[in-house]
Amino acid sequence: MSYFVQFLIDAISVGGLYALVALGIGLIFGVVGLVNFAYGDYVMIGAYCLMLTAGFSVPVAIVVTMVAVAAVAVASELFVFRPVRTATPATLMIVSFSLSYALEHTFVMSFGSLARTINFLPEMSRNIEIFGVRIAVVSLLQIGATVVLTALLAWIINYTSIGYQMRAVSENVKMARLVGVNTNRVIIAAFLASAVLAATVSVLFLAQTGTATPFFGQSLTIIGFVATVIGGMGSLVGCALGGFLVGFITTALQLALPSSLQPFREAFVFGAVMLMLVVRPGGLIMIRTAQVRV
Amino acid sequence: MLSVADLHVNYGAISALRGVSVDIAQGEIVALIGPNGAGKTSLLMAIAGIVRAAGGCVEFGGHSILGKSAETILRLGISVVPENREIFTKLSVWENLLIGATARRDRQQVARDIDRVTALFPKLAQRRNDPAGLFSGGEQQMLAIARAMMAAPKLLMLDEPSLGLAPIVIDAVYTAIQELSGAGVTILLVEQNAERALSIAHRAYLISTGEIVFSGTSEEIHSGGNVHKAYFGFRTDDADRRSGIPK
Repeated sequence: MSYFVQFLIDAISVGGLYALVALGIGLIFGVVGLVNFAYGDYVMIGAYCLMLTAGFSVPVAIVVTMVAVAAVAVASELFVFRPVRTATPATLMIVSFSLSYALEHTFVMSFGSLARTINFLPEMSRNIEIFGVRIAVVSLLQIGATVVLTALLAWIINYTSIGYQMRAVSENVKMARLVGVNTNRVIIAAFLASAVLAATVSVLFLAQTGTATPFFGQSLTIIGFVATVIGGMGSLVGCALGGFLVGFITTALQLALPSSLQPFREAFVFGAVMLMLVVRPGGLIMIRTAQVRV
Repeated sequence: MLSVADLHVNYGAISALRGVSVDIAQGEIVALIGPNGAGKTSLLMAIAGIVRAAGGCVEFGGHSILGKSAETILRLGISVVPENREIFTKLSVWENLLIGATARRDRQQVARDIDRVTALFPKLAQRRNDPAGLFSGGEQQMLAIARAMMAAPKLLMLDEPSLGLAPIVIDAVYTAIQELSGAGVTILLVEQNAERALSIAHRAYLISTGEIVFSGTSEEIHSGGNVHKAYFGFRTDDADRRSGIPK
């Protein structure tokens, strides 16, 4: 029993991290129609910020990181994505790839390509025992952060005026402009929200692993992107569920696979994803009102 | 109130409008009729600031609005009910109304305007929390008009409000348009359905292949076979003569 609870907590905490990444990618995709492959690099930049501010107290370091990641996200919208806003989705995707490479190699030039290690928030890697189950504090932190941020995002999207403006832009940009929505402001807001998610992932990731390379964002982007696809592109609830699903599959395979197959875990994860998409090509959540009424 | 002079709009090498001039006075209902592809929607979109004009002049209430942003033009008092309604299907009915007032800052007046449009269309208040995508075509048209009214426009431009609707629903839509006109809103009505538009318009412009081919009062347009000329390229009485059909 305690073994199962332990698995559940691991799966939820890993899934929560993936869900946050998926929400960040899904939010930008929903509002702007942009698949941002540089998203994982926002997380990477956040992790390097935390390492560079290691001398400061933790709250200060986190605030500085949030601001820095937000600045990078907004700058990438203003100077990279906005000039090509009207281009085809394929062009937008290539542009985001280019941005991703440019960011990664800037960090290679500045800090080298080797993994850097830091003992960030050492008290977080401690284990505590609850009812005979040993739980890493960082897992609890991950679950807590996921719940709080997802709830906050859901509240903003569903109950505030910037939220319904985001949904309107996501559905019909031209009409949103016709009713007076300032689309540039709405898009900046979406990038800011996704930056807050990215910086949170930086903190959680670094607290868990304590190590970062300029390239670790890539795998996060892929996982987040896959989670948005299985969630059903454009549905934020779906994004979060997709993230949790990938987290569950990953954790379960970690336990179930024999050690000789462990290095190929990702192949099984993505195989399972493909299978799921064959069964349900529209993703987990298909939006009821998305169909056009004639 | 609105004065469009010698307006040109091009899409790449294709010219959609070639020197269009239209004038609308305060309180009028003006119809713009013509066949598919004549440039009716292009004219509306150019006035609303969505499509960039290649040349000409657009003045509204003494301001030149050509080249201004869609948001600025909306603030000055021009609002659009677009072709096919284009309501936000995933937003609730209420949010569709609220978003119509995005450009406004006078919160109390906005609340009063919500009461006003829901008095005109009671269904909107009854189903305020439903996703707007669940509305029928006619209800969506009412919502689109209400949303445009939430911007408190002086000039309301409607693009094909009868498109795809049952005749009885079209009656209701046209009654609503006349009520709005009665409340002091100036109206520019774009229609393919010429009969309908002429039945409520004071004046009308006939547009064909990017040019205004005739303008006058609704009666003048109705007689004289001008509508047929715009739609088919020749006057019906000419055609009769050519084909030798005795009258």
